[in-house]
Amino acid sequence: MNRLNPYKLAALAASLLLAAAPAYSAEKLKVGMMLPFTGTYAKLGATIKNGFKLYVQQQGGSLGGREIEYVEVDSEANPAKAVDNVNKLILQHNVDVLLGSVHSGVALAMAKRAKESGKLLIVPNAGADGVTGPLCAPNIFRTSFSNWQTGYAIGKAMAEDGHKRAVAVTWKYGSGEEQLKGFKEAFEKGGGKVIEELFVPFPNVEFQAVLTQVAAAKPDAVYSFFAGAGAVKFVKDYAAAGLKGSFPLYGTGFLTDGTLEAQGADAQGVKTALHYADQLGTPTDNAFRAAYSKAYGDQPDVYAVQGYDAAQLLKVGLTATGGDPKKSAEFAAAVRKATFDSPRGPFTISKSHNPIQDMYLREVKGDVNKVVRVVVKALEDPGRGCSMK
Amino acid sequence: MDLTTFLIQCLNAFQYGLLLFLVASGLTLIFGIMGVINLAHGSFYMIGAYLAYALAPVVASAIGGGFFATLLVGVVLSVVFGYLLEWAFYSYLYERDHLQQVLMTYGLILVFEELRSLLVGDNVYSVEIPQVLAGSIPLSEVMTYPTYRLFVSAICLVLVGAMFWVFARTRLGMMIRAGASNREMVQSLGIDISFLYRVVFAAGFALAAFAGMVAAPVSTVYPGMGGEVLIICFVVVVIGGIGSIQGALVAALLIGFVDTFGKVLVPGAAGVMVYLAMALILLWKPDGLFKAG
Repeated sequence: MNRLNPYKLAALAASLLLAAAPAYSAEKLKVGMMLPFTGTYAKLGATIKNGFKLYVQQQGGSLGGREIEYVEVDSEANPAKAVDNVNKLILQHNVDVLLGSVHSGVALAMAKRAKESGKLLIVPNAGADGVTGPLCAPNIFRTSFSNWQTGYAIGKAMAEDGHKRAVAVTWKYGSGEEQLKGFKEAFEKGGGKVIEELFVPFPNVEFQAVLTQVAAAKPDAVYSFFAGAGAVKFVKDYAAAGLKGSFPLYGTGFLTDGTLEAQGADAQGVKTALHYADQLGTPTDNAFRAAYSKAYGDQPDVYAVQGYDAAQLLKVGLTATGGDPKKSAEFAAAVRKATFDSPRGPFTISKSHNPIQDMYLREVKGDVNKVVRVVVKALEDPGRGCSMK
Repeated sequence: MDLTTFLIQCLNAFQYGLLLFLVASGLTLIFGIMGVINLAHGSFYMIGAYLAYALAPVVASAIGGGFFATLLVGVVLSVVFGYLLEWAFYSYLYERDHLQQVLMTYGLILVFEELRSLLVGDNVYSVEIPQVLAGSIPLSEVMTYPTYRLFVSAICLVLVGAMFWVFARTRLGMMIRAGASNREMVQSLGIDISFLYRVVFAAGFALAAFAGMVAAPVSTVYPGMGGEVLIICFVVVVIGGIGSIQGALVAALLIGFVDTFGKVLVPGAAGVMVYLAMALILLWKPDGLFKAG
């Protein structure tokens, strides 16, 4: 019998590997999507899902050698049902990866369960600081933003625009208060002073009382946090109360994202900060927007970007671990080293697993949020309370 | 707070209170007078708001459009729809206990929300304010007041008057009040109580839808809007005293003032002020301010 030469050995090894590969990838990777598919946030849930699936399709339906299959659970953006829903995904469907959610309360519950069970969790929207703060874990990642980041960016921009005295108006609940904290930190660091903080109970949309208080306080500018229908109504009421001409309106990006059509002329000139903007014009963004609108017949938004990047993150981790999301340490090490080529611009992942990203100041012009400038380059969330350093 | 600001806040409170009465008036009829716990009331309001949004282009192409024409078409449609709804579902509820009423009307909420999602989608929409009312009135050196809000207040006041007149002065009102206190007796006097209730229900539905249509230009149109008004409507009806129209009016104004000045004076706890007021009033008068009968 001929002695095996090195070439033959290599060929044999390769054929063995090839034979083994399909056997391994025959076992599909189950991604459990826990997103709001009904209710107020239904559209956000749908675009996150579309963004995620778009990337997976572009990769030929598999990431890191594992074919992807989906299990969907409607989170209803209801924190009271979050624990049951996430248990359903973990115990009943036995998913490999958790993807969710939009609502911060739901995401916090998911993060708690992920931390206990060691299941990989990717958060494609909810900004609750706690997810990458006290609840941070090697197996928990976020591809969106932290509330602190968005508030900090707009606070810096307002101070840079020369405003000294600001009134803050926000919904009184977790996200609103966390963003307010970030805003105050940067605005006061820049030499500004918050002269009055006004709260509206969530999800109340009766703003006349606080608008009257704004007029009485006569600030240089107004900071605000509202989202969805509340954002539409606040911007319209602000203009109707005659305040738009007197006090420039600023806010975190949610004030004018996905709402411009309904806000119409009243939103013109409103300035907001976010990690994404319309018409960025980078090659990655252009390619993403073209692919998305071709696949779904609709323009993508920031939520679609976050879903898309969640799939990118999953690919990086799976490639490094040979398709095994349970190897948390290797997965995390690979993700921390990677630079993600996102439609928003390149970003990396911090030690507490939140994106380190450029924050844009945008101004509403026509029906788009146009970039004015980059307010903070590579803004990193301080990850307060996180033990991974 | 200076005097001007205080007066503007009072106007805000009054105007919000009237808007609350407008929304809660339909619930006063259906829950307060007919005794059906109608959780779907918020959905009726939502249907009205979406009608204002969806009908506008249809009405514009058919008869030239205009907000008021849309309003009229919307009211006619909702009376018909309310009438059918009572015939198909609610007429089976009068004799049932409260749990069954809650279950069925909760089911209707889910059905209406899903239909809304299928037919119109999940976006937020705004409805144009009619041209004649699009202006605003200056109140202080920087603050102006939208004319449309004052118009809504005027509509509410007209409606308050009309409801009082119908209930206190007309034969129809007398029959409804009699039916509310003793159904069998009214029936035995030869009045077709089933038909009467169908009419009252249709009116309640139309009132809620009308409120949604009138509020649409100031509140915007969005998924889940019904759920938010439902709770505050129940607060109004319960504080006012079940079955009492003047009770609902007083309660709505009271809530308007508590909510507005809560936001101004105790911004950190504005969310609980309304419910705190409700708890205190119910401790003092467990049947509400104006218990009918």
